[in-house]
Amino acid sequence: MPRLEVLKTYKMYIGGQFPRTESARYYALADKKGNVIANICLGSRKDFRNAVEAARKAFGDWSGKTAYNRSQVIYRIAEMMEGRKSQFVNELVLQGLTPAKAAAEVSQAIDLIVYYAGWADKYQQIYSSVNPVASKHFNFSFPEPTGVVSIIGPETPSLLGLVDAVIPCITGGNSCIVLASETQPLGAVTFAEVLATSDLPGGVINIITGTRKELLAQYASHMDVNAIVYYGTDKAEIKAVQENATLNVKRAIIRSGIGTPGPELINDTLETKTTWHPVGY
Amino acid sequence: MAKKKTDTTTIEPLKFSGAWDYAPAPESTGHIKLEKRYGHFIDGKFVEPLSKKYFATYSPSTEEKLADVADGNAADVDAAVKAARKAYNGEWGKMPAAERGKYIYRIARLMQERSRELAVIESMDGGKPIRESRDVDVPLACAHFFYYAGWADKLDYVSPGRKPKSLGVAGQIIPWNFPLLMAAWKIAPALAAGNTVVLKPAETTPLTALKLAEIIRDAGLPAGVVNIVTGAGATGAAIVNHPGVDKVAFTGSTDVGKIIQKAIAGTNKKLTLELGGKAANIIFEDAALDQAVEGIVNGIFFNQGHVCCAGSRLFVQESVADEVIRKLKDRMQTLVVGDPLDKNTDIGAINSKEQLATINKYLKIGVNEGAEIYQPKCSVPSKGYWCKPTLFLNASQSHRIVQEEIFGPVLAVQTFRTIDEVIEKANNTPYGLSAGVWTDKGSKIFKVTQKLRAGVVWANTYNKFDPTSPFGGYKESGFGREGGLHGLLPYLKFD
Repeated sequence: MPRLEVLKTYKMYIGGQFPRTESARYYALADKKGNVIANICLGSRKDFRNAVEAARKAFGDWSGKTAYNRSQVIYRIAEMMEGRKSQFVNELVLQGLTPAKAAAEVSQAIDLIVYYAGWADKYQQIYSSVNPVASKHFNFSFPEPTGVVSIIGPETPSLLGLVDAVIPCITGGNSCIVLASETQPLGAVTFAEVLATSDLPGGVINIITGTRKELLAQYASHMDVNAIVYYGTDKAEIKAVQENATLNVKRAIIRSGIGTPGPELINDTLETKTTWHPVGY
Repeated sequence: MAKKKTDTTTIEPLKFSGAWDYAPAPESTGHIKLEKRYGHFIDGKFVEPLSKKYFATYSPSTEEKLADVADGNAADVDAAVKAARKAYNGEWGKMPAAERGKYIYRIARLMQERSRELAVIESMDGGKPIRESRDVDVPLACAHFFYYAGWADKLDYVSPGRKPKSLGVAGQIIPWNFPLLMAAWKIAPALAAGNTVVLKPAETTPLTALKLAEIIRDAGLPAGVVNIVTGAGATGAAIVNHPGVDKVAFTGSTDVGKIIQKAIAGTNKKLTLELGGKAANIIFEDAALDQAVEGIVNGIFFNQGHVCCAGSRLFVQESVADEVIRKLKDRMQTLVVGDPLDKNTDIGAINSKEQLATINKYLKIGVNEGAEIYQPKCSVPSKGYWCKPTLFLNASQSHRIVQEEIFGPVLAVQTFRTIDEVIEKANNTPYGLSAGVWTDKGSKIFKVTQKLRAGVVWANTYNKFDPTSPFGGYKESGFGREGGLHGLLPYLKFD
């Protein structure tokens, strides 16, 4: 008699914990043939608010870590992901990708994390300056993280897109709450398990599963979120995001899809601080 | 054994007698030329407004009318945007970058040559002391043009490896607190980056922008590269909403900034916002206290407190609070309030009747909230709009005078005991534009300046500005930077 398989419960990731949605709702994820693969948490606005709280709590510690330390933690995420490569590939296949495409996406995602791990202690020098002011002052500008960032991740590529959305953001010292791909959420949940074992402090990345329709307004309007990154091309959604962002002068970053990797993606959620110091007394 | 503390509370306040009165030293207005009436500056010349309407601009210190200026409507704005587009697609867009830079240098030089006229008009129209318009506003405005002129042919170095492109037509709306300087902050980087401009000065202070229009005309800048349309909120809204505008840059209140951000939602317009502030100015017990007191005064009373980055929340460490307040009160007693054109004046006129009403409203609120008000004994002129420098002692975090931007010479004073406490209090505001830290301990400066969530932090100094130094806020104080290399980014796009 064959062994009975143990099925996985797919949960969200908030503050370093794996809660189910507080709303206790779900949506069924089906494969191409219509067979149910899993019941996914249908995250609520309250889940999002809890995640913002966790992200705010985590922000001080994460942004205060040395750049070298952040670099190592992010590199560790890549290491953990590499070890679970086959699981990510299987899940992408389960969600409709060909094995070749799935393998390529997972490899690309891991390599992208390594790429940004390298940036963690380098972008500062790209974006900082010593300013030759015409007075007796030593004046310099350097980048600091914007704070708590909400992210509406791309639908596809679901895993590579998630990495493209969250890794540059945390490389810059921000904490974030990302809405996973609605149609392909499995990778996001497994990615949470990678994060939980990779020395990333709880709350730095929070992952919610659910629908854009229900959560988009909350992601853009929450008053303790400093920036929103939106992936997509839906004009009505973009307008709604930009309008809701005005409530607290949120920075609204609109990306039509995943782009060319580079420090510009880190810079999207950075602020510039300029400090003045007198010279001579 | 307990450390012996100086009892500062029993120190007698300094006695100020008539020795502190200065003889009047007014700057002459004979040298300036003002027209009775100004049209818009569109397509290289002054034109009658299509609206056919004008409004008067007054001196806030004498309440006398200085000139009539055009009240722009949507048709005026449309004409200005069309002129800007034509120039962008034509001569300006095709001009070699080095030549573009030379035009900007010319503007800087002509401004320097006419600096006295600009300074006097700035003080007449806006009410700020001539000492400030002469020594701060005008020289900095010139320096801004001079600095960005040199960038015009060096844009490839802004973000190495990426090819920069200009955006097109920039719509720019500026406030009344630094009329000429804000015009320079907006126009200079926009031109250096290769854009053309439609700028609206504030309705209470349009004159120096119109003088700048004369200078731009005299510099021979191709027609339509810079257009200046005067008017109030409706004129600004017409610029923001014009479909031919590619970029909007706004300096002003957070409330209006939010309206603008909302208005352009769903469009492809780029936006920079430089909005309000409620800066913490933090005095530690180990600071050079006399210098700190000067910094407090400069932080809140510079330009009558009409400064977005004003140090309007004072935090003094408890152990030195009595001494600092005593010194501050003494210093405030020496401040000269009055005629902006007098070279001895420290605090000029409040910019407008409306702003004075706002400030007075907050003075009432502060008293009603239970804070202790202090104003020095000084006389103010009978005509014009005036507010004595004001302290609110024993203010608390929840007070509206602590939370809301007053934009006047009003300082809310709080005390603190520990570094963590003051950082928490300083950051407990929706704003994040600027902050000040006073201590003689270097490592403490770096700890505090790093923890303050603000875009500009002054350590052992305050209210310093420079064209090479990026300026702009965190949180609800806006986004984007003005000044320095960073200040070019809002006017460029990259492949």
